Amino acid sequence: MISSAKISLSESYSTQDLGRFDVQRVRRDFPILAREVNGRRLVYLDNAATSQKPREVIDALIRYYEQENANIHRGVHYLSQRATEEYERARKTVQEFLNAPHWSEIIFVRSATEAINLVAQTYGRRHVGAGDEVLVTAMEHHSNIVPWQILCEEKGATLRVAPMNEQGELMLDAFGDLLSSRTKLVAAPHVSNALGTINPIKRMVEMAHSRNIPVLVDGAQAVPHMAVDVQALDCDFYAFSGHKVFGPTGIGILYGKSRLLEGMPPYQGGGDMISSVTFEKTVYNKLPYKFEAGTPHIEGAIGLGAALEYLMKLGLDGVAVHEHDLLTYATDRVGALPGVRLVGTAKEKASVLSFVMDNVHPHDVGTILDQEGIAVRTGHHCAQPVMDRFGIPATTRASFALYNTREEVDALARGIEKVREVFV
Amino acid sequence: MADLRELYQDVILEHSKAPRNYREIGGASRKVEGYNPLCGDRYTIYIDLENNSIRDISFQGSGCAISKASASMMTQSVKGKTKDQAEELFNSFHNLVTGQTPPNGTEPDIGKLSVFSGVSEYPVRVKCATLAWHTLRAALEGENETISTE
Repeated sequence: MISSAKISLSESYSTQDLGRFDVQRVRRDFPILAREVNGRRLVYLDNAATSQKPREVIDALIRYYEQENANIHRGVHYLSQRATEEYERARKTVQEFLNAPHWSEIIFVRSATEAINLVAQTYGRRHVGAGDEVLVTAMEHHSNIVPWQILCEEKGATLRVAPMNEQGELMLDAFGDLLSSRTKLVAAPHVSNALGTINPIKRMVEMAHSRNIPVLVDGAQAVPHMAVDVQALDCDFYAFSGHKVFGPTGIGILYGKSRLLEGMPPYQGGGDMISSVTFEKTVYNKLPYKFEAGTPHIEGAIGLGAALEYLMKLGLDGVAVHEHDLLTYATDRVGALPGVRLVGTAKEKASVLSFVMDNVHPHDVGTILDQEGIAVRTGHHCAQPVMDRFGIPATTRASFALYNTREEVDALARGIEKVREVFV
Repeated sequence: MADLRELYQDVILEHSKAPRNYREIGGASRKVEGYNPLCGDRYTIYIDLENNSIRDISFQGSGCAISKASASMMTQSVKGKTKDQAEELFNSFHNLVTGQTPPNGTEPDIGKLSVFSGVSEYPVRVKCATLAWHTLRAALEGENETISTE
């Protein structure tokens, strides 16, 4: 009932708001955007690291602790039932957000990182053996490299890497050539955190599935920027972090197809993930609880639910149009500045503007921009192989979210000009 | 811009653009690489030791303006010093950039290195300023490998 009511609500909003996304109204929903840093109005362009939180999410956390706090799934008392309802309602919100077929395919974890580790340690350990291969791409975040390295090392398997071109686009033919009977899993990012490249996931899934290879999608950088439909993508696993999509830290999501999840052993043992326990034998709980050992991050799940409801109410189509306009403007504005070179110029891009400056190290750029109240990320962005691919130690990365404006891009451009003044 | 100039003093900018002792020492008695994984700064320090004294010192590598200028000025300030004197300078420099007062309350004169005092206002930049110094200390302690700030 709840979920069908919500669907009609989000549909009516997205139809109304499409094409006239009101960024100033949206900004008022995010209290932190009104604050100053170093005497300047905050210009927050580090959204790929973490996003700011709307009032709805902050209020949901306060309401939970002031009105609903109790442990879930076990109490007969009123508060425990309320907390359980809210926690499970959040799961259904995530299901709706991803258009997953069943609510039981939504597993609450700590982060996208934990979701990937979960799949590596359960599906991976059961299905990847000596001589097998796991295929990733050249644009991975470390969180979609290291869990597979650990698995491959343990099993005597090999981690293969599909290359990208100078623009930072996956080379699809080479990707296809790397798929073989030895490939037991493909793990790829929906959107690259360091470059912003949007990968052709649907096509990649088709290619892998034609050889019966399942695909895990790291969606951490995609869900804040575009509508994701796991049934349309037909991916087998989809992972994302709550804090990058306007929810709290410490909560993340693993979506998996029931068929695969059913066949996987538990990730961690403990309370809540069991049906019955004796010292001789334990019967595991059904999905999704088999993968949720211990008291979960209850307020995190509720906060994430509030964030996704907010996003669906706003309408992701309008968000995508606004952000595309912003990225195009930023690419033209910053790309035209003397001494600036953009890194990652894929045709299909979201949110991210990574760049290097002649004779100025990104760390110095970051410090000077910070003095202007502009928050950007500098460094390798937990993607050292991406930096190596482009032969640079680091970049400065501005990453945008739905609340950013053209005026903020102008502030960034003025900040970069200041950097040049200091270093000329 | 006044605040920024505290950090990016002209002497620092000048050294970062034209670092001194920026070369390899062939057959150096000590060679250690320092690496800051946070920002990718990477320097190799070469030292020619003679009877416990730093007869010659040089460096190569890449990183931000603060780290490069710090490495450059460090080579100038410790050349000709004994290991103990270099260690003393390390401590004084470390106190300076972390904003700490030494136990006896008086800081020995560290000359031109005082241009780095502005770093203490930027805690995340302390590692940039001290990378070369940590590498120097490792080299003087006889390590011949890569050291990391993490």
